Amino acid sequence: MLMVEDVHFSYSSSIEALKGVSLTVDDGEFVAIMGQNGAGKTTLVKHFNGLLKPTSGRVLVDGVETTKTSVAALARTVGFVFQNPDHQLFSETVEEEIAFALKNFGYAPDVIEKRIEWGVNLLGLAQYRKTSPFMLSGGERKRVALASVLAWDPKMLILDEPTIGQDHQQKENLRQFIMQLQSQGKTIVIVTHDVEFVAECNPRVVLMREGKIAADGEGKEILTNPQVLKESSIVLPQIAQVFSILNAPGLPKDVIDIYEAKTLLLKKLGVTSR
Amino acid sequence: MALIEIKGLTYTYPGATQPSISDVSLTVQKGEFVLITGPSGCGKTTLCRTFNGLIPQFYQGELKGEIRVADLDAAKQPTYEMARHVGLVFQNPENQLFALSVEKDVAFGLENLGYSREEMRKRVDWAMDLTGITDLRDRSPHEMSGGQQQRVAIAAVLAMQPEIIVLDEPTSFLDPLSAQKIFDVIHDLNKTLGISVILVEHRLDLTARYADHIIIMDQGKVRLDGDTRAILASDETRLIGVGIPKATLLYELLQNEGANLPETTPLSSEELAKMLQEALKN
Repeated sequence: MLMVEDVHFSYSSSIEALKGVSLTVDDGEFVAIMGQNGAGKTTLVKHFNGLLKPTSGRVLVDGVETTKTSVAALARTVGFVFQNPDHQLFSETVEEEIAFALKNFGYAPDVIEKRIEWGVNLLGLAQYRKTSPFMLSGGERKRVALASVLAWDPKMLILDEPTIGQDHQQKENLRQFIMQLQSQGKTIVIVTHDVEFVAECNPRVVLMREGKIAADGEGKEILTNPQVLKESSIVLPQIAQVFSILNAPGLPKDVIDIYEAKTLLLKKLGVTSR
Repeated sequence: MALIEIKGLTYTYPGATQPSISDVSLTVQKGEFVLITGPSGCGKTTLCRTFNGLIPQFYQGELKGEIRVADLDAAKQPTYEMARHVGLVFQNPENQLFALSVEKDVAFGLENLGYSREEMRKRVDWAMDLTGITDLRDRSPHEMSGGQQQRVAIAAVLAMQPEIIVLDEPTSFLDPLSAQKIFDVIHDLNKTLGISVILVEHRLDLTARYADHIIIMDQGKVRLDGDTRAILASDETRLIGVGIPKATLLYELLQNEGANLPETTPLSSEELAKMLQEALKN
């Protein structure tokens, strides 16, 4: 379990990036942290694995305060995949990249080989095992970074903007993959601007604004609230937008699922389903 | 008038065993807004690098075929010459920014083209205003967030007012409302100044509405090229794995069930909502 208690954080004396954030994430939860650029989302999640330490307040991972342990020790529990893969990748080949942390954690060579095999297949990188990550496209590099963290099987996974540069199919793979990890009891925290992706996954949404939590609740509830979203520089998902514009009597506005939308509209249009 | 004309273009990066784009032919007319999309690794970014001669002049490797941009041979013309015609916004803004302040970064291209001080000041202010970075003018680009850096990279290209602007996922780090505002600005410049725009994007839900024409690439080849609505309605687009906007998909689901909506494929939620409003009136 992750507990964030009244955390304040300043990068320098003048700007306070987090202004008193409290949040609990239970084991096995799937949380999307959303909000406008500069709201403090990345700053907040960097506290989850101890990359940043609060200026005041506390962050506890499984009951251990992040100031009382090392990032290396926390990393085994909390895996972090950065927004920009170039901040993370440095090895000469994809397989060396994936092997790096595993070696540091002291895994046996045959286990490392299996994990690499598993990771490259899972993320569609098998043909690039011997390729330099820097020869790959932006979207592919992002998946290498993800594979390298998944390989050591952390209990909690933080993905900062995982859908950037990913195409439709890869986003769908990512969604199924997150669902699969969740069914294995993993905790998943994503930082994202991708409203359509969040609408499809319907996780718990934590909305941040100016270093504070502005809203916290079910995805469907928050993503269909135009006022709250606009204040956070987020647009409604397209399905919710259609219902918001329609504003028709007898039609709800809190719809983000395309099939629910279809059923409601067919009924309203008086079309009997074929 | 064709502003970009590519015929049978094939390119292989140095040391690569397979070409990244193969036998690509396409035409972009003056004043068009073209959207290029396709699965990750399909060659979109590589193609963008040919428009201003970075391929082959900077990346080297092997290029075959013909590429004419603004009546110049982009493969042979010096890149500084191509830069007068084509502005390129890279996928990763960090690769593009280098000056110590935002203002200097935005002014850099103009300095190289030898504009007067007055004209430079005017254009830099204009570009910073359009992209909403005026307040950041004295900040160092390297201390800013990814989204802010993207705004600076876009401003630097807009300031030059080239004939063609090529943008490779230019707003990926921006929040949705900011991204929409930037796309609106680019669309507006396309309509008012006649600047041709080539936009590479996966997120058609945000961008399909702006496009006059869509090119879909897959495995280094151009697979589909044509009218936006026709391409979004085609089955082949789905088979390639392109993400269709949710409003377009919902329209199709409704039509398949016998809803009698107009034949025009909607590109945005506004268009679909309008159709539904009409249908509900009757």
